[in-house]
Amino acid sequence: MSNEVAATTRYSQAGDEFLFVELNEEMTLEAFFLSISITQRLRDIALPGIIEICPANASYQVRYNPDMISAGQLQETLEALEEEVSNQQVRTLETRVVEVPVLYNDPWTYETLMRFREHHQDPSSTDLEYAARINGYSSVDAFIEAHSATPWFVSMVGFVAGLPFMYQMVPRERQIQVPKYLRPRTDTPKQTVGIGGCFSVIYSVRGAGGYQMFGVTPMPIYDPAGEQPHIDDSMIYFRPGDIVKHRAVDREEYDALLAAAEKGQFKPKITPFTFDLDSFNQDPDGYARRVKEALYEH
Amino acid sequence: MSIDVIKPGLASSIQDKGREGYYHLGIPPSGGMDQRSLIAANLLLGNHEGAAVLECALMGPELRFGEARMVAACGAEMTPRVNGEAQPLNEVFEVPAGATLSFDFVKSGARLYLAIEGGIDVPERLGSRSTYALGSLGGMQGRNLQAGDSLALLPAHGQASPGRRLAPSLVPAFSKHYQLRVVPGLYAHRLTSERQAQFYAEDWTVASEADRIGYRMKGGTRLSFIDREPPFGAGDDPSNIVDACYPIGSIQVPSGSEPIILHRDAVSGGGYAMIGTVISADMDTVGQIQPHQKVRFVQVTLEEALAARARYQEVMEQLRQMA
Repeated sequence: MSNEVAATTRYSQAGDEFLFVELNEEMTLEAFFLSISITQRLRDIALPGIIEICPANASYQVRYNPDMISAGQLQETLEALEEEVSNQQVRTLETRVVEVPVLYNDPWTYETLMRFREHHQDPSSTDLEYAARINGYSSVDAFIEAHSATPWFVSMVGFVAGLPFMYQMVPRERQIQVPKYLRPRTDTPKQTVGIGGCFSVIYSVRGAGGYQMFGVTPMPIYDPAGEQPHIDDSMIYFRPGDIVKHRAVDREEYDALLAAAEKGQFKPKITPFTFDLDSFNQDPDGYARRVKEALYEH
Repeated sequence: MSIDVIKPGLASSIQDKGREGYYHLGIPPSGGMDQRSLIAANLLLGNHEGAAVLECALMGPELRFGEARMVAACGAEMTPRVNGEAQPLNEVFEVPAGATLSFDFVKSGARLYLAIEGGIDVPERLGSRSTYALGSLGGMQGRNLQAGDSLALLPAHGQASPGRRLAPSLVPAFSKHYQLRVVPGLYAHRLTSERQAQFYAEDWTVASEADRIGYRMKGGTRLSFIDREPPFGAGDDPSNIVDACYPIGSIQVPSGSEPIILHRDAVSGGGYAMIGTVISADMDTVGQIQPHQKVRFVQVTLEEALAARARYQEVMEQLRQMA
């Protein structure tokens, strides 16, 4: 894991209501950690005139009311927060570990990917076969094992309502990477698990998409109707900073979990967790084991 | 006590001033794309300026009123008709009980705002009645109107007076060729300086993909990005960035070919480079541009954007004074 200081932060005015802040041009855990720490501090200080605070993978964005706070004042505040956060001795994040059950190689994403084969780099393989091959795995099963064995950080929530972007918590040379479809699909099943670039996602709603599709989760993650007790009034389950551990399930267990979800009885497996960036950087593999232990042994 | 939807129109949805505070979870503001017309229609009627109204794009709905109500229609020029009889725009008129309200084809502008005395009564979701169709949230069951829907109304307040109309100076003028002011920035440095200049030097045509999420533009010169080694996690296309937040009004250029201006139902983030942002004072205008009309982008500074914002607020203040 690279441990370099983020490249110089770049502030950009986006019209008269948004300030866009790029912490690093490339995706790094350091940049993400900075993004989540600065935006959390900004939320804490409750500055008047701040409307939206949106952390992203290696950047963040603030929507403000320029009649209440000027772009210059806002940027000064953010620079001060970045300095404060960067100088912290202990770099930790109070968060939670969430288990996401996944039926990999499911019939619904299979049906969908076959319909859009001409949009794909390799029409003769499935998305899983293609991803396994270009990432050097000997089989689809080995690829699924790699996707589900390691924890992933929710580094951004968005695109559409509640969709988590997740960043794999392994050294960069072992990170799964796949290109997006050559042309986006017009359809993706709800709760599809997929990857584009280095980010794994869960599609919160049915719709267009360009990520490679690997499976589906029975876990509801967006609840506009307010029917799911595990989702609060925001209607959205995931928060940036959540740690996700996928778990492969078979069809029988998937059906049972889905039936429970449809009755509003899905209970996600969760445990509170303190993430420590420096311990992670020292031993990513050992850290992945600790995350798993926290989830399954408490 | 309600309004029956006989024909839904092309894309009619319930909107108000939108919701704030959920963009970091992927829920965009939504709300009327032309806020000024939405607010004007409500204020004419004596409604709260943020009461829920119908936003009707390009082809209006046909509605049967179960009870008499005062209404006002502002925004795009689509003549309202009560039982076939033409009614004025930008002026309060009554729709009698049992009467049908319909609209002519649009003459200019793209979105009409139909306010009804009291306002439309749907449950507030995340602090707003606005429809966010991509997320099946708010409005009429999270979607555009369909034939057979029944719109519940909040109680009439009796403050609306027929014949009350907007001063001509407060009626927006529509065109076929618009100028949109843009603060350049974000990832504009990924384009060569000639290409940046080119973007502002030619006309763009609004594509048929122009909706509440975004307006796609075509017909301009392809924008080539400066070659570089893709940053880790960004993706291979030169227009890719590590997925980031998208400001409302930002202009992204997937693969360099067709710029897209994101509007109030924006996807909240993604992996395409943005090259600038339409200023807040011009976002209402974007919502009134029809497909196939022409747009010229004009570079402005933040100071100029703030001056335009102040002028926009003066107009809004005049609307409120009128009320």
